[in-house]
Amino acid sequence: MSALALKLVEAPAKVEPVPVKTAAAATELPVTVERSEQTSTPPAREGQGEGGPRNEHFRDLAKVLIPPLFGMLLLIGIWALVAIKSGNIPGPDKTWDAALKLFADPFYRNGPNDQGIGWNVLSSLQRVGIGFGFAALVGIPMGFLLGRFAFMNRMFEPIISLLRPVSPLAWLPIGLLVFQKADPAATWTIFICSIWPMILNTAQGVQRVPQDYLNVARVLGLSEAKVITKILFPAVLPYMLTGIRLSIGTAWLVIVAAEMLTGGVGIGFWVWDEWNNLKVEHIVIAIFVIGMVGLALETMLLMIAKRFTYESR
Amino acid sequence: MKTNECEVSAQANASEARVKGASPAVANKPIVKIENVGQTFSTKSGKFTALRDINLDVSVGEVVTLIGHSGCGKSTLLNLIAGLSLPTSGLLLCDGREIAGPGPERSVVFQNHSLLPWMTCFENVMLGVERVFGRKEGVPKLKARVAAALDMVHMDHAMHKYPHEISGGMKQRVGIARAFAMEPKLLLMDEPFGALDALTRAALQDELNGVMAKTGATVVMVTHDVDEAVLLSDRIVMMTNGPAATIGEIVEVKLERPRDRLELAQDTRFADYRAAVFEFLYRKQLKRAA
Repeated sequence: MSALALKLVEAPAKVEPVPVKTAAAATELPVTVERSEQTSTPPAREGQGEGGPRNEHFRDLAKVLIPPLFGMLLLIGIWALVAIKSGNIPGPDKTWDAALKLFADPFYRNGPNDQGIGWNVLSSLQRVGIGFGFAALVGIPMGFLLGRFAFMNRMFEPIISLLRPVSPLAWLPIGLLVFQKADPAATWTIFICSIWPMILNTAQGVQRVPQDYLNVARVLGLSEAKVITKILFPAVLPYMLTGIRLSIGTAWLVIVAAEMLTGGVGIGFWVWDEWNNLKVEHIVIAIFVIGMVGLALETMLLMIAKRFTYESR
Repeated sequence: MKTNECEVSAQANASEARVKGASPAVANKPIVKIENVGQTFSTKSGKFTALRDINLDVSVGEVVTLIGHSGCGKSTLLNLIAGLSLPTSGLLLCDGREIAGPGPERSVVFQNHSLLPWMTCFENVMLGVERVFGRKEGVPKLKARVAAALDMVHMDHAMHKYPHEISGGMKQRVGIARAFAMEPKLLLMDEPFGALDALTRAALQDELNGVMAKTGATVVMVTHDVDEAVLLSDRIVMMTNGPAATIGEIVEVKLERPRDRLELAQDTRFADYRAAVFEFLYRKQLKRAA
């Protein structure tokens, strides 16, 4: 077949003067041409096909990225404007230079009061972790008790209502008095502010376990342990995770203020220290760092919560 | 597809010479005895009597449906048999023993399937199977039981799917499989097909008829669908309107099994039974403008 095609391709060149033969060649020629087209078109078309979705992909990406980008530009613009007008607030350029220097070595240690920003963030996170961990240890079982027993709920309701609106910083002096040290006192404030959302959300989760599921447990005659592990815990888990997310959010808010008061190593203390050194650009950097860490914590917990949310019905 | 499956199971039943066909005559041993049962709830506006003077026996292998207008306490009665609530007067016996609470020998198919959303279909059925047979049998045998139950309701293809990944009709099939897999002495169904569309409901009724024939289960079912009652039951217990509802009349459905939906549609006896139930519900117990 290909040999024939070759012959036909050669044919017109040789027998040009004979009109009949050229006509025959002309009818055959397009076939070879088509064929060559056919072999060459698929890759070309595939290329186009890839280009289509890729374009769409870019468009989707642009839709996601462009508005936040404009938002950030607006923020930086206002910031620059304010910096120029006020004179003593560092602008984005100055802050950027300072940040480059700061993040070149985030983990240095020159004595207890002069450590890299990395260490400060980590020690704040550690305090939050410990305070929050204790709060979870106490709050989640408390929540289960309050959710399960109406008596307990009514007993603790006034106490919680009374104490919940109190700023956790008001508890700091009590912590200092009891623990005689700054560090556990800061952790203590975290404990106090984390425990309320944990108790309340867990209790609500327990109360909202659908009666149907509990009826299933009763009809199947499941043991108490099975009821807790297979029904109660999975049903309450999404509520618990909401409590945890709220707790961590508040804890991260509170730790900055608590550390400003207690001192030591920590991002809050660092902010205060840099204020005393009049390095305002470092304070601005700290604001961004605190924001980003908070955002990361929130996103992480949202992802965990998503994993454990069950579409029921 | 559906009809084929039914024919297959129908043939199997015929060859097995099921007890079912002659259930009212052969199986006279009552598994459930309900004696003078009444149920009163105390509400804010005083005492509310839901049920009074209920007397009913259910024989082994019998299929009984409870029918009545909404609010007539048919679900209350079913809950009493299930042991989910206890009567304020009278006595309920299951297999000679007083019903003091729920138990796996009286499994329930709930109206809204009540599958646990964090478990696959397989795990949902396994939960009950493990509870009933876990002590006597090894894991492979338990797994085989679960697989067989899901196979019986034609859900073997979706064994490892989560409830939210399957349709409402499929969920109810799994709910039925869960109840049957426990091999209960008595199967209780609370409007099992109430939340389904008409076509799915018909398919599931046929399926249930097949499963009941295959297992020879004793069933008490609450329904508000007259056709469903006639199609599935040996006896239709019709309840008077609440409050203080009681059993009004009982219709014995003497249609031979297996029953075919299409054949019955032509059968005058089917129409007569249907008419009898409608007569009771809409002439004698008509609910005034709800």
